[in-house]
Amino acid sequence: MASQEIALIDERQPGTSFVERLHGLVITVDHKKLGLMYVGTALGFLLVAGLMALAIRMQLAVPNNTLLEPDVFNRFFTMHGTAMVFLVGMPIIAGLGNYLVPLMIGTRDMAFPRLNAFGYWMFLFGGLLLYFSYLGAPGLAGHGSAPDVGWFAYAPLTGRAFSRGHGTDYWILSLLLTSVGSTVSAINVLATVFALRCRGMTLMRMPLFVWLMVVTNFMILLALPALSASQVMLLIDRYLGGHFFDTQAGGSAVIWQHFFWIFGHPEVYILIIPAFACVSEIVPVFSRKPIFGYPVMVGATVMIGLISVSVWAHHMFSVGMTSVGNTFFAISTFLVAVPTGIKIFNWLGTMYGGKIRLELPMIFCLGFLFQFLIAGLTGVMLAVVPFNWQLTDSYFVVAHFHYTLVGGFLSGMFAGFYYWYPKTSGRLLDRRLGFWHFWLFFIGFHLTFDTMHFPGLLGMPRRVYTYDAGRGWETLNFITSLGALIQAAGVLCLVVNILRSWKKGKVAGNDPWDAWTLEWATTSPPPDYNFETLPVVRSRRPLWDLKHPEDPDWKYD
Amino acid sequence: MINDATLPLHVEATEWKLPSSRKVAVICLILTETGLFSIFVAAYLFYLGKSLTGPFPRDVLELPVLSTICLLSSSVTVMLAERAFNRDRVGRFKLWWLVTIALAAFFLGATALEWRRLIYQKGLTISTNLFGTTYYSLVGLHASHVVVGLCLLSLVFVFSLGGYVTRMHRERIEMISWYWHFVDAVWVVVFIVVYVIGR
Ligand SMILES: [Cu+2]
Repeated sequence: MASQEIALIDERQPGTSFVERLHGLVITVDHKKLGLMYVGTALGFLLVAGLMALAIRMQLAVPNNTLLEPDVFNRFFTMHGTAMVFLVGMPIIAGLGNYLVPLMIGTRDMAFPRLNAFGYWMFLFGGLLLYFSYLGAPGLAGHGSAPDVGWFAYAPLTGRAFSRGHGTDYWILSLLLTSVGSTVSAINVLATVFALRCRGMTLMRMPLFVWLMVVTNFMILLALPALSASQVMLLIDRYLGGHFFDTQAGGSAVIWQHFFWIFGHPEVYILIIPAFACVSEIVPVFSRKPIFGYPVMVGATVMIGLISVSVWAHHMFSVGMTSVGNTFFAISTFLVAVPTGIKIFNWLGTMYGGKIRLELPMIFCLGFLFQFLIAGLTGVMLAVVPFNWQLTDSYFVVAHFHYTLVGGFLSGMFAGFYYWYPKTSGRLLDRRLGFWHFWLFFIGFHLTFDTMHFPGLLGMPRRVYTYDAGRGWETLNFITSLGALIQAAGVLCLVVNILRSWKKGKVAGNDPWDAWTLEWATTSPPPDYNFETLPVVRSRRPLWDLKHPEDPDWKYD
Repeated sequence: MINDATLPLHVEATEWKLPSSRKVAVICLILTETGLFSIFVAAYLFYLGKSLTGPFPRDVLELPVLSTICLLSSSVTVMLAERAFNRDRVGRFKLWWLVTIALAAFFLGATALEWRRLIYQKGLTISTNLFGTTYYSLVGLHASHVVVGLCLLSLVFVFSLGGYVTRMHRERIEMISWYWHFVDAVWVVVFIVVYVIGR
């Protein structure tokens, strides 16, 4: 009896001292802890990479500014882009998938818990290695620092002759490590979904979140090897004297672009589909209606996944492909807009006639819908080849993809944070601070990125470290930078909110949103084993069935 | 309040069967490996005939017929080993498993000799020209997978000598053989691309 009591106490407070708690995190293979570690670490990297963006915007706020030296500026935009994609985007989706997928499909852990821990540590050390480049990249030779070749690292800029020191090597090696992490995490999620669903959870009864995670993780498996392969080729070029991207010996710099974007375009969808996943869970719950057109949503996502692997060269219209090539990639890009439009239509259809509750998760979803729609429209504009020729590598493009990734991806993730935070901590995020976060971020976002389209239209190229006065770019750039500061204030609200509410927030209970998926059936936070007895489901909304035994969903299946 | 104790909502009488997580994982691994090889194969095909200086493939490459036969037949022997294992014929399993290892080792040895000939007699290294770069990286990538396979095979063999490989490990044995079939299938592609089309 006594020993049992001790065990119970241990479970609730796994060590009181900092070292003991740290040790607990290092040795854990629990999907929930790892999920939170993924998201927490990603938020840390978000702050660092966000500060870099802020520095970039301060440099560009006024013409002829000297805040950042040109070479420092190059490193900043490279590190900002690389970190945001690989150290923020990818781990957040890995974290969400880790935490939520086993709960949603009613199982106790991932299929391979140790592999799961391995994936996290690969990501963490890959990320640290990338930042270590500031110290390590000069090496013995003394020149070189953090990578400064841009996040897509075009050849021949990355060749030995043009990229001295080890900056590019750190870029390659750290991303290879995080790619291994992402790959094993993707394999793990897929194995979990296909092999560990609870009784009655057929594929077409899975929450849409799980479906979209399946599609995203399949895309990771198909797209990431393209990046890894081309990075290995680049290493061979740099260290073994290979000629893959060496135009002097018959190699091709353009092939790097092809290989990179074969990865790079699907990557955009790898990031945005998890945002769709959050929205697809939140919108129905806060409209008090089941999702409109579930099978169509699944089909549209699979379609997006399939089409998005054949559109990569729309990043390369100005490279000089044949007109057949240009036409093909323009048309396939237009085609992606169709399933994407279907999804937007279905979310609106879910809200239509619903009893909408304007809680924080829902508000962020509304922001997401609005911003993602605009991002999609500028995306279609950029798929028009002549328009693209005019605006490629301009701030219009920068504004477009930040619209998808900040206005789309990040807003979707914020919605998810507000929605699932009570599950992970047992406490609600503070509502007032949350609204401050939303409005600051919303206003800052639109100040920055709506405005940013215009210097692009006026001809301002991306990646310039400064510009002369008198071109009509000054006011626009100033407003853009101002918006960045306001966004930063918004993110600060979120961080404070997350930290403060962990211990002091309002107690949430198991099911604060009156939701329908299985993660809300267990306690908040869930116990180590998730469910005492594994659930059995008969419809897509098991908790609805439980709460409304007189009118369960499965009667209509 | 809802708690998990109330959750077995309805007991369904129907069977509930799901695929094994190990199998799903190995299929996923093979999928992503396929992606990796595709890029290297695409690079090889794209750079065919683009070398500015010699030696060129038609001057130096010889068809590795014997080692190809060995590698492909190792797919058959691993299958025979697996079959013997499933029928609890341990001795026969060990024999076929060892034959598989020997065939794989022979393949690697043949590759090593071929590389030696190319490097020392023909003067082709990874940095000589584009052909060397693409050839060594594609064939080397495949060979590294053979090495991994060989390690897995040897590990199982060593354990089986100690009698540690039991019925419990049936699925693991099957997974290793899946991986091995994949490595062989990749070789068919590499063979066609490098030695048939590329020459
Ligand atoms: Cu794209």
